[in-house]
Amino acid sequence: MLWACILLPQLAMDGVLRHRSDADAPLALLGGSPQRRVLQAVNPAARALGLRPGQSLTAAQALTRTFATADYDVAAIERWQRFLAAWAYAFSAQVSLHYPRCLLLEVQSSLRLFGPWPHFEARLRAELTGLGFRHRITAAPTPAAARVLANAYDGLTIPDSALLHETLGRLPVERLGLPREVAAALTRMGLHSLSQLLALPRDSLARRFSADVLAHLDTLLGNRPLALDFYRPPDVFDARIELNFEVESHQALLFPLRRLTADLAAYLAGRDCGVQHFTLYLEHRNQTASRMPVGLLSAEREAAMLFELPRGRLEYLQLPAPVLAIRLEALELPAFTPEHRQLFDERPQQSLSWEQLRERLRTRLGDNAVQSLGARADHRPEHAWVEQPTELSLPPCGPRPGWLLAEPLSLRESSLRILAGPERIESGWWDGGDVRRDYYVVETRAGQRGWAFRKVGDGGPLLLHGWFA
Amino acid sequence: MSSVLALNSLLDARRVWRGQVSFSPSAAQSTGHAGLDATLPGGGWPDSALSEILVAAAGIGELRLLWPTLARLTAAGERVVLVGPPHLPYPQAWLAAGVDLRQLVIVHAQERDALWAAEQCLRSGSCGAVLCWPQQADDRALRRLQVAAESGQTLAFAYRPLEEAINPSPAALRLALETRPAQIRVLKCRGGLAPARTIPAAGWQ
Repeated sequence: MLWACILLPQLAMDGVLRHRSDADAPLALLGGSPQRRVLQAVNPAARALGLRPGQSLTAAQALTRTFATADYDVAAIERWQRFLAAWAYAFSAQVSLHYPRCLLLEVQSSLRLFGPWPHFEARLRAELTGLGFRHRITAAPTPAAARVLANAYDGLTIPDSALLHETLGRLPVERLGLPREVAAALTRMGLHSLSQLLALPRDSLARRFSADVLAHLDTLLGNRPLALDFYRPPDVFDARIELNFEVESHQALLFPLRRLTADLAAYLAGRDCGVQHFTLYLEHRNQTASRMPVGLLSAEREAAMLFELPRGRLEYLQLPAPVLAIRLEALELPAFTPEHRQLFDERPQQSLSWEQLRERLRTRLGDNAVQSLGARADHRPEHAWVEQPTELSLPPCGPRPGWLLAEPLSLRESSLRILAGPERIESGWWDGGDVRRDYYVVETRAGQRGWAFRKVGDGGPLLLHGWFA
Repeated sequence: MSSVLALNSLLDARRVWRGQVSFSPSAAQSTGHAGLDATLPGGGWPDSALSEILVAAAGIGELRLLWPTLARLTAAGERVVLVGPPHLPYPQAWLAAGVDLRQLVIVHAQERDALWAAEQCLRSGSCGAVLCWPQQADDRALRRLQVAAESGQTLAFAYRPLEEAINPSPAALRLALETRPAQIRVLKCRGGLAPARTIPAAGWQ
């Protein structure tokens, strides 16, 4: 196993600088209570002015006033670390946030895909620089050793444990990640490097220091495993794009929408799941956001399709006010089962799968426009069908027409010929839909065959209920 | 020899046809009615094309004409789409005719949307047959359906009132269902002269 440690020494500052156009201007991050603001981090330009972390804001302002300030936001640091973990998840399945301001990656199993470690490392560095985060990268056979080496080195790679012993042995005790008082005690004992420490009998170390110290040394050298919590990407997708100007037309929303849906598709592919419902929020100034839910009949994850659906609905949406930001939220991400495809498709030019076609029809015609048909074992014509396909064997019945009229029509025709009947249908006394009818097969003068009924005990005209088409 | 081959290929493509009706019983899209198959030049429905069924009135056998075809397609796992049917299909009757309802899809749409939906279904190539009931379809709309059926290699059926018989149509096959007497008249068929004789009800009901 080879573990890479990416140490992010300036995570808070880099996170703030990402959003500022003047990255070289002096900037200090402030923490502490409102009464006593303390500089937590400064960028190089501010450091050149003499500002140091730990100074109080008043002291800093006494030195110079030409620096900008921002809040040292702990939640933001957390967020940036998770953001980077999501980024690192593309390179390794085992990404851990075990140490603060630091990412641990198991890279041995990714070497085949991303090339030998020097190439891989160069790529990680290039991407981190592109994202705007300063970093130090080291690699070692154990995660704890990689972390400790990152304290002292940048770009160091230790391929095996023999070399690891040697390198760690030269490391001063202050850099070993031991508690400060332990390191001080060791120095006072005249022990300056790890090799000296390891040369001591183990039981005397155990007697002088707490058990944590030995445990830490064992984890460093790989004699004791380090239990790591691995990063898992979140179970919901929630992305937001703030528009640079107020958008009033649908056309201008399509570009950010395409980016959001492409992100969603990439995310779904990475998690190997699909999406069945998602919601688009169009945010306005001083108004609640317009909400546009998009539902699919089954879980899908194809980028083109995920874009096509909200696009179709967006055209029908009335915008109450200009749009400032657009947000896509997908809370349920069910498993995605790809459709089985034949290697030799019978229709080679089949351009659209049935699922895509169905969604396209539903988008334009409405959610309920596409329906199936199923039979129910009920003699009443009104209750003999459902909108879902059913699997049941039906009891035998008399002749039934191919078309059923939604509303019975009265047949005012003198020359009706009755071909068959009556067939009594009497049912439904238990559910309120009581029906007592005599059905006849009739033929009109024009030769049309219909299915008509008369209520039992009612002498009125026949009511047409279907056509034997 | 080569000229004979060329002529055969022309005949096969049905760009040139012989004067007398020659019917091949091996056509892929049999109507399921022997009498009708014998009359149609391809021995069945023209494949990947629009067939127009002109109906004098409702309830004269317009569904019985298609049920064997739909039963065959759904049994083979092909999807059949009804775009904007005029009434509700009675499941028991369709099941009795052998149609597998699991493969049947109903699309509720009116007028222009119905034409659009039918065209989309035809063009997608994911359906076995598409039935539609255009009310105000002009020549252009029907031509679109015909082209869509060709590009999606799908059977298309359009039910229209019998009054439309006088207007020309780009459909590959036009059948008129008449009531008194109950018979089918072939108004137009690609690949042959429209047979003069009509098919009595006994031949297809």
